[in-house]
Amino acid sequence: MSKKVTITIDGREIEAHEGEKVLWVALDNSIFIPNLCALKEKEHPSGSCRLCYVQVEGRPEPVTACTLAAKEGLSVQTRSPQVDRLVKSAFELLLSNHRLGCGRCPRRKSCALLKIARERGLKMRLSRLSALELDVEIDESPETFAFDRSRCLLCGRCVWICQEVARVGALGFTNRGITRRVGTFREVSLAQSPCTECGLCVEACPSGALYFKEKSDDK
Amino acid sequence: MTGGKSVQERYRRLKESALLREEDLYRRPVVRVGMATCGIAAGAAPVKEAFTRFIEEKGIDARVVEVGCMGHCYAEPLAIISKPGFPALCYGYLDEDLVERLVEDFLLNDDPCYEFALVALETNDVFPTFSDFPRGVHEQKIVLEHCGFIDPGDIDQYIATGGYGALAGALAGEPAAVLERVKESHLRGRGGAGFPAGLKWEAAVRAGGSEKYVICNADEGDPGAFMDRSILESCPHQVIEGMLLCAYAVGAAQGYLYIRAEYPLAVKRVQLALEQAREKGLLGTAILGTPFNCDLEIFMGSGAFVCGESSALVRSMEGLMGIPATRPPRLAESGFRGRPTVLNNVKTFAYIPPIINRGVDWFRSIGTAENPGTAVFSLVGKVSHTGLVEVPMGTTLRELIEDVGEGVPNDKAFKAAQIGGPSGGCLPEASLDIPIDFDSLQEAGAIMGSGGLVVLDEDDCMVAIARYFLEFTQQESCGKCTFCRLGTKHMLDILTAITEGRGEPEHLEILAQLAGDVKEGSLCNLGKTAPNPILTTLRYFREEYEAHIKEKRCPALMCKDLIVYYIEPSLCSKLCSVCVGSCPTEAIYTRTDGLKAIDQDKCTKCDNCLKTCPPDYNAVIKLSPPELLAEKEGKGS
Ligand SMILES: Cc1cc2nc3c(=O)[nH]c(=O)nc-3n(C[C@H](O)[C@H](O)[C@H](O)COP(=O)(O)O)c2cc1C
Ligand code: FES
Repeated sequence: MSKKVTITIDGREIEAHEGEKVLWVALDNSIFIPNLCALKEKEHPSGSCRLCYVQVEGRPEPVTACTLAAKEGLSVQTRSPQVDRLVKSAFELLLSNHRLGCGRCPRRKSCALLKIARERGLKMRLSRLSALELDVEIDESPETFAFDRSRCLLCGRCVWICQEVARVGALGFTNRGITRRVGTFREVSLAQSPCTECGLCVEACPSGALYFKEKSDDK
Repeated sequence: MTGGKSVQERYRRLKESALLREEDLYRRPVVRVGMATCGIAAGAAPVKEAFTRFIEEKGIDARVVEVGCMGHCYAEPLAIISKPGFPALCYGYLDEDLVERLVEDFLLNDDPCYEFALVALETNDVFPTFSDFPRGVHEQKIVLEHCGFIDPGDIDQYIATGGYGALAGALAGEPAAVLERVKESHLRGRGGAGFPAGLKWEAAVRAGGSEKYVICNADEGDPGAFMDRSILESCPHQVIEGMLLCAYAVGAAQGYLYIRAEYPLAVKRVQLALEQAREKGLLGTAILGTPFNCDLEIFMGSGAFVCGESSALVRSMEGLMGIPATRPPRLAESGFRGRPTVLNNVKTFAYIPPIINRGVDWFRSIGTAENPGTAVFSLVGKVSHTGLVEVPMGTTLRELIEDVGEGVPNDKAFKAAQIGGPSGGCLPEASLDIPIDFDSLQEAGAIMGSGGLVVLDEDDCMVAIARYFLEFTQQESCGKCTFCRLGTKHMLDILTAITEGRGEPEHLEILAQLAGDVKEGSLCNLGKTAPNPILTTLRYFREEYEAHIKEKRCPALMCKDLIVYYIEPSLCSKLCSVCVGSCPTEAIYTRTDGLKAIDQDKCTKCDNCLKTCPPDYNAVIKLSPPELLAEKEGKGS
């Protein structure tokens, strides 16, 4: 068992395991830090969404909380002008590549983006950027769920769950750069892939990209 | 390590036989032809073949040897001719006729044809040497010392220069002594970030464990950069020796040279060098008779730019997608196969043998206090003498461009120095007096990068240049993190809009904000440095952006959507019609008065007419913004 240390988040002294990532220490203590790509069980954080920035005392630049290890005396602020700027910017970048129209979204009551917007006072519309073209194709081939790429934020939670927890390996990242996307090997439909419809990926999805056909927020 | 005396003795024997072979070689005339990729591209292969053929035809006892690149790429194909009784002389711009003449006049008879010689390699009474030229005054070669002078395919030629002597000396002592020297030398990594090599090595030593790796980063993906390729093609043993010294210092028994697959000649020469080192007992098991074992292998990189990033490089070696990972851990703690790994650039390793040989004081006497040693640049673009140069850190950009590169050709005005590759910055005339070192360049908004320097002149549009580099990084982004994947895309879209005349006043503010956020927020250094071309051009050339946006005018007359071609009637001649024939779309017609004019609806702005219009007239001009045309046509017809 690792040693206990005391760290400070937003002025609150909190006990944590040494080495534990600050993101989880905060969330476990009901302190909100925006995040999409982090999974507690995942040993090595992917650090790809860039939403979990916090300000560490003594460091000029914001740091991602999902990679920041707790150690004795660490003092962190979840907000600062710099943090807010980066979070706002990353959030708008993600929105520019996400199909809006939340009213019709199956995840409209449990969406992580909506939660971040609420917590941080961000708008669910673009202010300085233009909307990018979206991947419109929806894979409805599985019996129980569907995959709408236009709402995918590339957080990679489904991919990790499918590979490491379900151990199915139907989902993976394909392509590079702006064309990077979540897909199946050789881009076959999910029904043709090794997918067993265990549903773990749908539960892991923070947005309306993966949703159960019968159990969306409407029902 | 024990047996110090026998190591030195073994090395002494190797060196003695290498020196004997060399002495024997130079008993007769020797022609060394520059055959690195740059030389071959310039036509070195037929030049070498011509030397061999004419020498044979004339029955001369002379040797033709392949060497690498000596850095004067502008004058290739190049050859060095050494003939007993004469200083070794270097000849450039060679072709068959010149080769025939040199063989006939110099090798057969004793006329060195000084009128064709560029430079002599040794001091003499008749012909100037490198140090008699402005370039030679600034240049000081450590990494490139042997490049272009020795045969990379013959290990003895490297040994004859004292090569592998640093390794022999080190093996006679303790690994800690090597580490101590590298630390004290303050050598900073030359792959871009300038991290102190000694500290990195020390972290790998401290990491413990018995299995460790040394990797040489020869992924060199920057467009326009070719230093690492040239070094591997011209003097691979110096890099290999540096890697072995590192392996000894940190306790690694295996190393890899990660070379991009697009560098087949480098791969071939390194392969041969490794074989020869193994044969001589300098690589593999029981190196120089000591208990030190270390083998090196080549790993061919798949080509993506981001694979040069340390964590992506290691992942791609493990068969995974080349995508950067979050830190910690650093490679020195957990790298290749989860083991402590030292990754350094080609040049970083090449500095090690001279540092061990000549000592820390010598090394630190070159360059500046914080940035000891030299900087290696590939000098390209609008500069007279393109090539590979090595100057002490602290040399100014102005000295590098004006003295070493001999300035901007064709009477054009200098505009900017683009330094540091696609993630570097564009520095204006006013910044030319800053010293070249990691810290000063960073302060000015550029980076040292891996050493690409592109000179830009008045005809280069800074918005288009920023767009060009951003297009590269945007395409090379792996797409993993939000800022880099989406931020570079939006910045590119805005730059494209500006160069196409669709720029909006608020674009500059958005661009500056996005650039700042992507720089600060990205996961790896690809994203963190990608905005540099935008940030520096906004900082130093803002008026060019404003001209594009507010006046729809491209001051450099480069952005196609913002210019029109026009034939100035007062300069055009009835007697000439070359432009008419040069136009691929038949946009040029003859007016009733016999002068030529352009039908703008048909013109595709290919630039042919401007290029072919004879210098006597220079009647084709570009106008920006396009509205100027109405004014001109009103007056002209
Ligand atoms: C996108 C990207 C590309 C890179 N490409 C190279 C490269 O081609 N060669 C290189 O030596 N370092 C490259 N680097 C830097 C490496 O990550 C690493 O810092 C370097 O190899 C360490 O060696 P050094 O300490 O000797 O500089 C790159 C970094 C990034 C972010
Ligand atoms: S949660 Fe930290 S980067 Fe995504």
